[in-house]
Amino acid sequence: MIPELGHFALILALVLAGAQAFFGIFGAARGDARWQAVVRPAVAGQFVLVSTAIGALVHAFVTFDFSVLYVASNSNSALPLLYRVSALWGAHEGSLLLWAWILVAWTLAVAMLSRNLPASFASRVMGVLGFVSFGFLLFTIATSNPFERLLPAPADGRDLNPVLQDPALAIHPPMLYMGYVGFSVAFAFACAAMLEGKLDQVWAKWTRPWTTMAWAFLSVGIALGSWWAYYELGWGGYWFWDPVENASFMPWLVGTALIHSLAATEKRGVFKSWTLLLAILAFSLSLLGTFLVRSGVLTSVHSFAADPTRGLFILGFLVIVVGGALTLYAWRAPLLKSPAGFEGTAREAFLLYNNIFLVVAAAMVFIGTLAPLIADALKMTPLSVGSPYFDNLFPILMLPLGALVAVGIHAAWKRGQLGNNRGRILLGIAAALVFGLAIVFLGYGPGKPLTPIGVVLGIWIILSSLIDPIDRLRRRLTLPRAIIGMTIAHIGLGVCIIAISTVESYTVERDAAIAPGDTLTMGRYAYRFDSIKEIEGPNYGGVRAEVTVLHDGAPVAVLHPEQRHYWVQRSTLTEAGISSRWNMDFFVALSQNVGGGRWSVRAQLRPLIDWVWLAAGLMALGGVLATTDRRYRARTSAAEAAVAQGSAAEAT
Amino acid sequence: MSRFLLPAVVFLALSGVLYVGVVHSPNKSTMQSALLGKPVPAFSLPVLGNPGSTLSNTQLAGRPWVMNVWGTWCVACREEHEVLLAIGRQNALPLVGLNWKDEDDAAKEWLQQLGNPYSVVAVDRDGRTAIDFGVYGAPETFFIGADGFVHYRHVGPMTEDVWQREFLARLPKGGLQ
Repeated sequence: MIPELGHFALILALVLAGAQAFFGIFGAARGDARWQAVVRPAVAGQFVLVSTAIGALVHAFVTFDFSVLYVASNSNSALPLLYRVSALWGAHEGSLLLWAWILVAWTLAVAMLSRNLPASFASRVMGVLGFVSFGFLLFTIATSNPFERLLPAPADGRDLNPVLQDPALAIHPPMLYMGYVGFSVAFAFACAAMLEGKLDQVWAKWTRPWTTMAWAFLSVGIALGSWWAYYELGWGGYWFWDPVENASFMPWLVGTALIHSLAATEKRGVFKSWTLLLAILAFSLSLLGTFLVRSGVLTSVHSFAADPTRGLFILGFLVIVVGGALTLYAWRAPLLKSPAGFEGTAREAFLLYNNIFLVVAAAMVFIGTLAPLIADALKMTPLSVGSPYFDNLFPILMLPLGALVAVGIHAAWKRGQLGNNRGRILLGIAAALVFGLAIVFLGYGPGKPLTPIGVVLGIWIILSSLIDPIDRLRRRLTLPRAIIGMTIAHIGLGVCIIAISTVESYTVERDAAIAPGDTLTMGRYAYRFDSIKEIEGPNYGGVRAEVTVLHDGAPVAVLHPEQRHYWVQRSTLTEAGISSRWNMDFFVALSQNVGGGRWSVRAQLRPLIDWVWLAAGLMALGGVLATTDRRYRARTSAAEAAVAQGSAAEAT
Repeated sequence: MSRFLLPAVVFLALSGVLYVGVVHSPNKSTMQSALLGKPVPAFSLPVLGNPGSTLSNTQLAGRPWVMNVWGTWCVACREEHEVLLAIGRQNALPLVGLNWKDEDDAAKEWLQQLGNPYSVVAVDRDGRTAIDFGVYGAPETFFIGADGFVHYRHVGPMTEDVWQREFLARLPKGGLQ
């Protein structure tokens, strides 16, 4: 009964989404206040209904209702409670439901926080969001109903895919979707502006916090996925250029570009049509990511069950939404004028360079990811570019971008006036060179050629980011959250470059077959394989080894790598044994029993790897802080807002 | 105008590529094996119902053969069994069963009751050979060419259609010998 209730709520939500889209868009077009008045209640009703559907599915999981096909396929009576809840998004149908729910939640936030926006504009924004929601709910109901019954009900379920039975992965998809779906708000703002035929600096001010917030969520989501791949898949790396990873990385790159071009549009009224295009692209790439993951056109470690009908549906939806927005763009964008000019070293120019590098990087990832598809469509030989393509090209784009950040931070709007800051810039470079080269050559010894460059660059970015806020503090000026946020995010970038440069060069890795009692030596460190024992968990059995890490012969850490065999799904999973220090990780993963009591293992020393995720956390924290800057808060009085606006304009 | 139309045009072309991708995806059997186009992994396994004798990849070399991964615990294997029986009767090429993580007695009983489509069944008790083949879940079926290379992998229950299109079509014209 409860699953049917959820199904019915979903159908009602679809109707409300349709009403929201229709009355939102046409109510604004006709200037009809009564039509527009339908929109907010429709949003609220839709939120309640989709929440009801989610609740119904969670109820089915928690109460082991195996008469629901989705529950029977993704859960089991031995599955712990946490994973019974997270199993909701453990497969296709539930993921879509979560997608739809997060979209409605964002829309509800827009509905509540847009009361001081012009009525027709807010109505159009919610109308566009309603249209997207309509498409996704229709997709869910028509091709992927999570409430489908399985009668007679089986005695037990087939269990959740074991790779998903992990705490980080329980929250990775919601975070990722918050980011993906959050870009729909920027998209809706862009479409509404094009429908209005008006885009000014105030528009950019409205759009910025939504975009930055979505971007922060996406950063966290990507980092969680990367962290999970590190310790759960037993591959011992942080990024594999897997198609599904790339699908989340492309909107992130374009979203980063969008945040920066929005800043220029807000402050100086420039790049208007470019900003619109980026807002459309960021969400389009999110949709494309969903398409690539869900349609199974690309093969990846994620290998979700593929279904061509679903693929065709999303593709059709993609064509309507993205094609529609780009057609609107072709029609409206030529009307936009960017009045102000600027010099080649002005802050606007640096933001433009930043955008070029980020968009080219996104295009590079895009081409690499879709290469197999393009080759297939052109009837060329099957082609998959793999990580050498990405590993070689990506740093070539990112290192100059890093240098642009370090210099561009000092540039003023309109006229760069870099000359005034020449002393600071030179000081920053000099300090970074001394520190960076000292750390690299004294601490680690020469690695790959790009490593010293990356470390110096990272330190330079951090120092450059700090100069302005420190200067403001010394002059006893206020430090708005927008600036603190920007500084922290840029420090995050610096940390990220340092960490990746280091871990790429100085990782020590050995694959060997060893038996208990054996020792594997790596420089001054050694891994001693002490023992291996049988273990049993709630829904799996397996073995767990004990490995002691020795530094100059003295024990410094004990690792417990496991190999688990999940009974119901009959799959074997590696849980790496990891011990983290502030400056390096000890990593060991069991790969297979080679007989005679010997196991083949992969042992690693990975310097600074945790800093990669720390960096993503810093970027996200910076984004959240910038979003909560007081000038974005709706309830500030006009006078306060004007003051805040003034100080921030001076600052950013 | 034209430069603002460019994104829409690029997107249109991309949609075409994606369309081809979706339409082709069922033929690609959704999951490709890392083994495709590589030599078949070496194995030497006991033969079901014939203790003492073993089956190895070298014994099968020199002509095309098909390997079907199955287990009595696998519901979808029961589903494809009728199709396999029909394929076994065609006798077009050797159908090797890989009995995966199973009990010998259960497997023998299964074949007695439902009929035995296989030319020979190798026993992969600990699942090592299946891992070498990159098996994700039973049933899976592999086509190995006369060159000893893995040419095709089908994930999920075998159907008459897939057998015709992806397996028989890979045989040299005019059949074997």
